Amino acid sequence: MSANGKVKVAILGSGNIGTDLMYKILKNPGPMELVLVAGIDPQSQGLARAQALGLRTSVEGVQAILEDPEIRIVFDATSAKAHLRHAKVLREAGKVAVDLTPAAVGPYVVPPVNLGEHLDVPNVNLITCGGQATIPLVHAVNRVSPVRYAEIVSTVGSRSAGPGTRQNIDEFTSTTARGLEVIGGAAMGKAIIILNPAEPPIIMRNTIYCIPEDDDADPDRIRDSVKRMVAEVQRYVPGYRLKNGPHFDRRETPWGERTVVAMLLEIEGAGDYLPTYAGNLDIMTAAARRVGELIAQHMLTGAVA
Amino acid sequence: MKPPRITDTTLRDGSHAFRHQFTREQVRRVTAALDEAGVPVIEVTHGDGLAGSSIQYGFSRVPDLDLVDEAASAARRARIAILLIPGIGTRKELREAVRRGATVARIATQCTEADISEQHFGLAKELGMEAVGLLMMAHMISPQQLAEQARLMESYGADCVYVTDSAGAMLPWQVAAAVRELKQALRIQVGFHPHNNLGLGIGNCLAALEAGADQLDGSLRGCGAGAGNAATEVLAAVLDKAGLNPGLDVFRLMDAAEFVLAPMMPFQPMPDRDALTIGYAGTYSTFLLHARRIGEQLGLDPREILVELGRRKAVAGQEDWILDVALDLVRQKQAAVAS
Repeated sequence: MSANGKVKVAILGSGNIGTDLMYKILKNPGPMELVLVAGIDPQSQGLARAQALGLRTSVEGVQAILEDPEIRIVFDATSAKAHLRHAKVLREAGKVAVDLTPAAVGPYVVPPVNLGEHLDVPNVNLITCGGQATIPLVHAVNRVSPVRYAEIVSTVGSRSAGPGTRQNIDEFTSTTARGLEVIGGAAMGKAIIILNPAEPPIIMRNTIYCIPEDDDADPDRIRDSVKRMVAEVQRYVPGYRLKNGPHFDRRETPWGERTVVAMLLEIEGAGDYLPTYAGNLDIMTAAARRVGELIAQHMLTGAVA
Repeated sequence: MKPPRITDTTLRDGSHAFRHQFTREQVRRVTAALDEAGVPVIEVTHGDGLAGSSIQYGFSRVPDLDLVDEAASAARRARIAILLIPGIGTRKELREAVRRGATVARIATQCTEADISEQHFGLAKELGMEAVGLLMMAHMISPQQLAEQARLMESYGADCVYVTDSAGAMLPWQVAAAVRELKQALRIQVGFHPHNNLGLGIGNCLAALEAGADQLDGSLRGCGAGAGNAATEVLAAVLDKAGLNPGLDVFRLMDAAEFVLAPMMPFQPMPDRDALTIGYAGTYSTFLLHARRIGEQLGLDPREILVELGRRKAVAGQEDWILDVALDLVRQKQAAVAS
């Protein structure tokens, strides 16, 4: 803890995600104090920006973080491969890792759904952008009536899908589907991702379909639960909007003719560093900041505010 | 010009017209008929590729891998192809399809997004498959841009790349320009996949052929999404008259279309009002039946939904936008009435 009663945190990775996260934490630090941004590329624009803002930076990567015993929380915005290595050394150094890569070393967290269960673990994982966007609403339906099957379609503007996503698109679908089951509560999950090249770029869209176990689940209770969850997510992602639905439909399914609940979401980014259409990246950095905030609060008080 | 290799996609693109309800028996009979008529490659998968069975696209009656099994055991000479659309299907299903007897992987992306297919081409080649790339909605970009994307697929290991007119929106000279550009840019083969929404299915195949295409797709009775594809039996007759028959039995294909497939078909796809709208507005052919269903449900004209989807530049696979657009239109109409 620093002299000002805040928890010292660092960002590992100075690319687009790390830089957007830096701006978000500086804008709204809560109980955190950002003390270091560490990358490996001396030419990185993110590091130059951090320096210009008066932050300490390093091109030594995780090493610089390990050398500072006061840093308690580390946001890893590098790659899944690099995180496997970082996870080990950070744990040994007693630092909590908030993992924005698909490495999934630690348990999956979605702040308004299950973060409370994982405030004391050394490593938490943020799943995927599609997962952060859609799992809250699957959970919202599931808490009214258990979800037999959840299916989501994430559509992102081509410009906001980087090489990491493009080269590992299978991992997006399988990790997101697993998140729908493990955190969303669906008995079975399926995820689809579509890249849309339109110019100007489209704002990130997500469609969530749920088949409730109980075919007669009360639509009003589902609507109310969804509405409350949207408000909950909006606390940390202001551009999170339910554009259409919940729309109730009857469809032929492998379980006979069933009620399908469709919800159509739009996520506009805050534009802290990345463009506003890149809601897919914004929801990851916003979720990471929120996770850091709650873990820091927990470190300070031993309880969630 | 030289005789093209023909891939019949009745059991994949036709899956859309059948609302993905093909039975094992239907697949066995169609495969056997195509095989006997000398069709060298038969594509069998859910219309939206492996793992396409979903709320978004419609659930399959029979899991598509079981249908691949059925086709592989029914074919004596023909090779079985599957479709994989990265973002929907994954390498896991591709491995399984190979175990079930598929030997040709057709890997399709939106025409601007070829770089999401690298891992799938890699696996297809590793598994010893022939790998064919399809650049969908090819009408949306220039021949030069299309060639750039095709080169990516070539670098990942593709044996052929298709100009894929998913919206049935291309005119013959646009098809020819695209094929010619790809022929110049690539060392591998070039193919063309038509849709008949503007009534140009066969004509566009001929334009592609004249521009140097090595491979063409057809389906019996043109059974496919939107107004369907080029009818395989018609294509065979036309190629035969042109002296370019690659070894197809024209009469057997006519019989397969008339006596095997036609009695099973829920309807005959053709450039009717809605399908023509798709070609005219340049939207994805598979939107047809979804737009009709949602239009009927919400009291909207499918044409206004389809035109709006074209305006919003919806791309391959965005069936969820149909409901979104329809709900927006309903709200606009209610607001107009209220004021």
